[in-house]
Amino acid sequence: MSDTSTYKKILEKYESKRENLVTAFQDIQEAEGFISPEAIAEVSKYFDISRADAYSVVSFYAQFKFSKPGKHTIKVCKGTACHVRGSGNLLSALEERLGIKEGETTSDGLVSLERVACLGACALAPAMVVDEKVYGRVTLAELDKILKGLK
Amino acid sequence: MEILQKQRDEAQKVWEDFSSGKKARVMVGAATCGRAAGALDVIDAFKAELKAQGLESDVDVVETACIGLCYAEPLVEVRRAGEPSVLYSRVSPKDVGKLVKEHLIEGNPVIAKAEAVMADSEYKGIKPFSQHPMIALQKRIVLRNCGVINPSSFEHYLARGGYKGLERAFSMTPEEVIEEMKASGLRGRGGAGFPTGVKWGFARASKSDEKYIICNADEGDPGAFMDRSVLEGDPHSVIEGLMVAGYAIGAKHAYIYVRSEYPLAIERLRTAISQAEAAGLLKRKLENGFEFEIKIKKGSGAFVCGEETSLMASIEGMRAMPRPKPPFPANSGLFKKPTNINNVETLAAVSSIMRDGAASYAALGSEKSKGTKTFSLAGKIQRTGLIEVEFGMKLGDIINSIGGGCADGKKFKAVQTGGPSGGCLTIEHMDLPVDYESLGSVGSIIGSGGMVVMNEDSCMVDVAKFFVGFTENESCGKCIPCRMGTQHIHAILEKITSGEGEMEDIERLKKIAFTMKQSSLCGLGQTAPNPILTTLRYFEDEYIAHIKEKRCPAQACAKMVHYFVDAEKCTGCTICERVCPTGAISGGLKKPHTIDAQKCISCGACFQNCRFGAILRK
Repeated sequence: MSDTSTYKKILEKYESKRENLVTAFQDIQEAEGFISPEAIAEVSKYFDISRADAYSVVSFYAQFKFSKPGKHTIKVCKGTACHVRGSGNLLSALEERLGIKEGETTSDGLVSLERVACLGACALAPAMVVDEKVYGRVTLAELDKILKGLK
Repeated sequence: MEILQKQRDEAQKVWEDFSSGKKARVMVGAATCGRAAGALDVIDAFKAELKAQGLESDVDVVETACIGLCYAEPLVEVRRAGEPSVLYSRVSPKDVGKLVKEHLIEGNPVIAKAEAVMADSEYKGIKPFSQHPMIALQKRIVLRNCGVINPSSFEHYLARGGYKGLERAFSMTPEEVIEEMKASGLRGRGGAGFPTGVKWGFARASKSDEKYIICNADEGDPGAFMDRSVLEGDPHSVIEGLMVAGYAIGAKHAYIYVRSEYPLAIERLRTAISQAEAAGLLKRKLENGFEFEIKIKKGSGAFVCGEETSLMASIEGMRAMPRPKPPFPANSGLFKKPTNINNVETLAAVSSIMRDGAASYAALGSEKSKGTKTFSLAGKIQRTGLIEVEFGMKLGDIINSIGGGCADGKKFKAVQTGGPSGGCLTIEHMDLPVDYESLGSVGSIIGSGGMVVMNEDSCMVDVAKFFVGFTENESCGKCIPCRMGTQHIHAILEKITSGEGEMEDIERLKKIAFTMKQSSLCGLGQTAPNPILTTLRYFEDEYIAHIKEKRCPAQACAKMVHYFVDAEKCTGCTICERVCPTGAISGGLKKPHTIDAQKCISCGACFQNCRFGAILRK
């Protein structure tokens, strides 16, 4: 858990105006990987709104996470093109191999598994992203190789 | 504009150096899809190989964006000094040594990997790019720079006529610019197809001390990537369009609302905005007194932001929920000020229209749908990628001539246009001209331009379920018809695809769909039933097979298909065992395998991978 000075540093970049609320949360998530209750408390103080108000906004958007993600994040694309090209199988294979469900993190904290609406790499479906790297035309055989590379 | 004059001369030199071919060059398509196919590894491999050969100072290695032939990624152009540039497809780091040695050093293009030559005529047996089957029928206006210029180069954009549209706009009054837009016939490319000039006119007429212009780059349709490609490949064309729009309606402040799932697009936009600022175009008073500022706002993953009022709520730091209209954004929008929202492709088209004039744009397309439209071809089609064609082209020409028809010799079944708000078209629509009116007349929409092709292995009930699952997830929950309607439709489709459907369900679906269309607050809920209604209209037999015969004709619905091993044919090669995602197959080397029905999720991976036809399904 970060101390409040981390939040202060991020928040100071922004004027205390409502329109900066989501951007500030985006920055905090980028720094910490998720939005903690402490972060919500600090942000709501800074913007002078209630915690419930801040939480209602941040929980509306799919981007925000409320628990600490693993060291690596795998995002499986569930866009239309990926769906018709078998991304469902990729997801079930990952769930089975990692022993977790979508939205969860392995107990050793190594990998989080997520599903995203569309990565826009439809021409190379099925696609997935591991941390920052995009993989296209992913096959089940490749999956094992990719998973082995995660340390 | 005076400030651009000197920069133009400079830019011309830079562009000539880049395009004239005086220096040897390797150019790699490294947009998101190129990267997904491994373009960055290919760039590294070229750099390493050139260094090893002592050629690093003789050959430039540059990145470009997407030229649209995504199926053939990674794409690499290789050019020797003074010779035409050859486009190679599906280049892997393994090929790099050969390309450097044979093409760059010895001067013999590697024919086996050559896709086309970037020249007007044939070169050493390689056909010109303009005759490539995916390119020949296209008309590239919005995409003219994509994959051609270095998207991080302001000079390249400038040299290719960039900001001439803005200059021409400045030579007119704002009202004249709006008339020009009306004359071009341009309609909003985000999906609704509302005439852009008319929309600008409303915002212009609204009196206020402050107005806003927003570029909607929150491309949300799953299966569509036109806007991403434009932002990654030609960001200045969007900035120029925004400036023209700002001048026309009288707005000083612009926001580009872009998906955070598109990090590369954001990076390219940031670069382009700082270049435009450095060039003196933004954040300072221009000769005619016009002053303009552009801010990037990263989206946070809410499909409902396709609705204008939701998007504005999101920029204001609220939950992205729509509100009833009126008041329309043109009167009371962002921060309650008059606001105009245009999509990425619309604004990129604006730059071209202002540069080349409305008449030449209006000469393209069909009667009520003028100009060109970009489409992303995806799904089970041979040549996936990004294309731009004149409105009015026959659907069959897009699918078969440009896209090369279905992949793997399978039979075409349907193409979904317009994403979750759209519908499917079938083989009987192959002669249908693709424009707003024609697609609307058969129950679908152009939408933002996604085209996802389905073949005989795709179950249309499953596709409908996929879309409504998506809209259910993305429904903001504010109005009941959308919130509950998507849930109920999803539940009914789940029931049907599990083999528990009843004939009354079809009527129930139609009834809920009708209610949602009539009474949802915003476009999301009003259009969410379209995929269900069109699949019911054209593929009712598939619904009936699921309900009456408890059978999925495409054998795609997992709960209705069972897999087992034909012990006679099984050679014990263990491939199925290895591809099975749930560990349901066992047997050991050279022994017939068996599938544990308890563990099997009917994904079909074993079926697709078995080379001996030993996996059966029923």
